[in-house]
Amino acid sequence: MKLPEQVVRLGTVIAVIVAVVLLLRFVILPESFFSATPHQAAKVEREMAKPLHYAGATSCRKCHEEQFTAKNGGAHRTIGCENCHGPSAAHAADKKTAKPPKPREREFCLGCHAYQSARPNGFPQVDPQKHKPKKRCVSCHDPHDPVPPETPQDCGGCHGRIERTKALSEHALLPCAECHQVAEQHMIRPRQALPTKPDSREFCGRCHAVESDDPAAAKARIDMAGHGRSFLCWQCHYAHLPEGPR
Amino acid sequence: MNKREFLKDAIVFFPAAGLLSALSSQAAGKDPSAPATSGYDPTDHWYGMGIDVDKCIGCNRCVEACKAENDVPDEPYFFRTWVERYTIHADGETTVECISTKPAPVDQVAPENPDVVRTFFVPKLCNQCAHPPCVQVCPVGATFQTKDGVVLVDEKRCIGCRYCIQACPYGARYLNPRTRTADKCTFCYHRVTKGLLPACVEVCPTEARIFGDMKGRADRLVRFERANPISVLKPDLNTEPKVLYAKLDGEVR
Repeated sequence: MKLPEQVVRLGTVIAVIVAVVLLLRFVILPESFFSATPHQAAKVEREMAKPLHYAGATSCRKCHEEQFTAKNGGAHRTIGCENCHGPSAAHAADKKTAKPPKPREREFCLGCHAYQSARPNGFPQVDPQKHKPKKRCVSCHDPHDPVPPETPQDCGGCHGRIERTKALSEHALLPCAECHQVAEQHMIRPRQALPTKPDSREFCGRCHAVESDDPAAAKARIDMAGHGRSFLCWQCHYAHLPEGPR
Repeated sequence: MNKREFLKDAIVFFPAAGLLSALSSQAAGKDPSAPATSGYDPTDHWYGMGIDVDKCIGCNRCVEACKAENDVPDEPYFFRTWVERYTIHADGETTVECISTKPAPVDQVAPENPDVVRTFFVPKLCNQCAHPPCVQVCPVGATFQTKDGVVLVDEKRCIGCRYCIQACPYGARYLNPRTRTADKCTFCYHRVTKGLLPACVEVCPTEARIFGDMKGRADRLVRFERANPISVLKPDLNTEPKVLYAKLDGEVR
């Protein structure tokens, strides 16, 4: 059977249109014409390929171990190298071309250490007009290991929050040294000699065991044999703010 | 060649040329929707930041580092991150100043104001919301959320209509005057995908900023979240910010 001429022509036209549409949809037009996924993926790749400017303190350590160790034992241990020395990725890649700056001006240190009432309590601050005006900070303080020129006289100088909490608690009258043995070195280099914590249940039991006759702890006695035997007391009870009688 | 022959040839030539060019471009360039090849899997991460307001000393170093790392314009009103000073007065009034716009002079101390009840610094940045309003409003799909939870702006698609800048409840976006497109914090996406910290976290001298991955079981941010009373900015908007503030004062908005 032979198809009529007009059907063949019409069929050809329809076939051509279908072919063109399919060609447009799947071959000629890019996928990004229909979906957001390709351009988002391309953006993510462009974003990941952006150049670094800050190398990170761990890469400084590879060559400057001495300074890194000094800094990590002192009061500036939380500060990354590039905080003061500026973005140094170029220097980390090629140590000869780009020398990171060494800020030595007084103003640089005062950016953090000038007194501002909004700064948190206990953060070391000076009044720039009263504290050795016009003198460079680095002439007395080593920036990699700054030591406070005067050692704090009491624990609250650094541990102010604990001191204020304890002052409100049932333990207000106990001195810090009752429970913590503090080496002299801790006052100068806090991280190098950490204070002790009570390491036995019997330590708290001196006052809080039922057999104890300490009048101050009369309201807080516990049978040490039957209460939380596998734990140290301070693992559950915060000794700076113990639960008082309700 | 007469007109009829020319038209016949043209009908064949143009689709064939299009077909060939499409095929050759597909052969030359790899499929753009394929995942990145660096071995980094974004679905393993869900990034967030923790900010301990009690530790911020308002030194502005994070702002400077952000500008250096991300090529943010120098003018003091384009910020990806910035620091605000909140001052609460005795009469209950709260004033907020952006100290990144006008840093305090370092050589003199402002006189103590007896009216001030308390005052403190609050670092701010894009909250990288889990439900970002800026992504909803973008008319061209230029801003989107990656699989690791960072909201990015495609500067090639952005038409600079500023609708997202209006929609952001945290004021975290600005129009970059050079590219004329919207710009914002990316959590230093080029750094964190290589395992480095964002520039602001890298330089923060007091560890007031913590960067981490909420999918990591013992991650620093997860521990930070567990150990501190956490609040987020404008929780009532249900944007679910991923910037978590510890011990945040109730006056902060």
